[in-house]
Amino acid sequence: MSENYTPNEMMTVTASRCLQNGDVCFVGIGLPSAASNLARLTHAPEVVLIYESGTIGAKPHVLPLSIGDGELAETADTVVSVPEIFRYWLQGGRVKVGFLGAAQIDKFANINTTVIGSYDRPKVRLPGAGGAPEIASSAEEVWIILKQSLRTFVSKLDFTTSAGHMTGGDSREKSGARGKGPTRVITDMGILEPDPETKELVLTHIHPGVNLEDVKKATGWELKVSRVLKVTDVPTAYELEVLRQLNSSTALKHGTVVTGD
Amino acid sequence: MAKILTLKEAINEYVNDGAVISMEGFTHLIPFAAGHEIIRQRKKNLTLIRMTPDLIYDQLIGAGCASKLIFSWGGNPGVGSLHRFREAIQVGWPVPLKIEEHGHADMASRYQAGASGLPFAVLRGYIGSDLPKFNSNIKSVVCPFTGEKLAATPAINPDVTIIHAQKADKKGNILIQGIVGVQKEAVLAAKVAIVTVEEIVEELDAPINACILPHWVVTAICHVPGGAHPSYAHGYYERDNVFCQNWDAIGRDRMKFQSWIEKHIYGTADFNEFKKSLEGEV
Repeated sequence: MSENYTPNEMMTVTASRCLQNGDVCFVGIGLPSAASNLARLTHAPEVVLIYESGTIGAKPHVLPLSIGDGELAETADTVVSVPEIFRYWLQGGRVKVGFLGAAQIDKFANINTTVIGSYDRPKVRLPGAGGAPEIASSAEEVWIILKQSLRTFVSKLDFTTSAGHMTGGDSREKSGARGKGPTRVITDMGILEPDPETKELVLTHIHPGVNLEDVKKATGWELKVSRVLKVTDVPTAYELEVLRQLNSSTALKHGTVVTGD
Repeated sequence: MAKILTLKEAINEYVNDGAVISMEGFTHLIPFAAGHEIIRQRKKNLTLIRMTPDLIYDQLIGAGCASKLIFSWGGNPGVGSLHRFREAIQVGWPVPLKIEEHGHADMASRYQAGASGLPFAVLRGYIGSDLPKFNSNIKSVVCPFTGEKLAATPAINPDVTIIHAQKADKKGNILIQGIVGVQKEAVLAAKVAIVTVEEIVEELDAPINACILPHWVVTAICHVPGGAHPSYAHGYYERDNVFCQNWDAIGRDRMKFQSWIEKHIYGTADFNEFKKSLEGEV
């Protein structure tokens, strides 16, 4: 058992536990980067973190503020060009886990990071695709980490930037995309995994203390819940200590907390 | 052989209104001083290409220098949105901005095609993405060997590519170290290449596999120490994260933005004066 923790910490710790020692992970900035580095600093010291700036095997002491921070280069096994990272390493099929954040997802774990509203007259213009469309269609599997709410879990995406399970069933398989697509969505409320047949996301884990009705209310479609809904293990004191130490040394270095919020 | 010019001379000579300009540097070695000089010389109607528009293009867009942006990720890294970029797209201020949007893997491939003298790039891209529906430059080809359908996009060949690097030698050979991004491809794809550098040395004394651009592919070199600020130059200075965070409040507000540009860009003669104008400001 451990002391109190925040939903954000619960989410980050849960995501970090998904990574195994030696996994090769293509890491998005923000929450994916925090979770991956926590894994590296706790149970998975040999995890290989690849950032799209071309740093392979980065081992930063603090969380990077940008995807191309100097410390990523200094601690990497090698630094390659941006064309090379996307061609040989990502599209070449050398990445086990593509770890992404998102502004919106739908029930088939398709991702929007482009616009809220219409494309031509957006209500909110988001940053755009970055590396995500090819990460989503090239990695062996994809994990998505984001906070769960009606703003983020929507019945229909305003724009599909990166493909998840598309329209469900075998639609992804037929599309020519490589890999299994999203196998996990990790949120501040629990974990969702695609149904093996329909590919619709199913809540398989709920975080301790979270009410199932609240999870349903934070989902923009009728949420399917696993018949064997498990409760996630609470963060250990050690995990929290390492995460908080990482966040505070990050804040000291950058003058900010990098959580991807 | 590359000419050694002042930044003012280089921008004046090679960056014309209406030109297609690429300024690269993947969060590292972003050629900010050159961006400022383009604003200072009030260039107009530019097509700006860059994978990650970042603060540098936020400034150029907000100052009304651009009529079109070709990009793949437009944010203030680690901070949030680019508000000048957003306002130009959402309400057309200060001038309407057309956008052509791609993904990173594609943009990198397009530069490679441009550098290789090939007409288009090919990649296994955009599967299931809406981007091709809104960008007529994302098309597809069928592999003649396997029948697989692949994404095809036109090569990038800018009129001018501008980058920042650590070192040039007296002949004009350029050394880039650290995160090298897509700069080599962007330079080789361009008709004209301008490189601002931290220092000009007698000998580069570079390791054998270092990222070198030989002098005969570079048009002009400008000695601009600190010219990547507020991004960083590996081995010289770190990223100015405080500046990037403070930019959020400046960029969010038209009036604040305009007075910032007025004071720090139009109100300064060159990058040295710009740096002095920042002293004492948080």
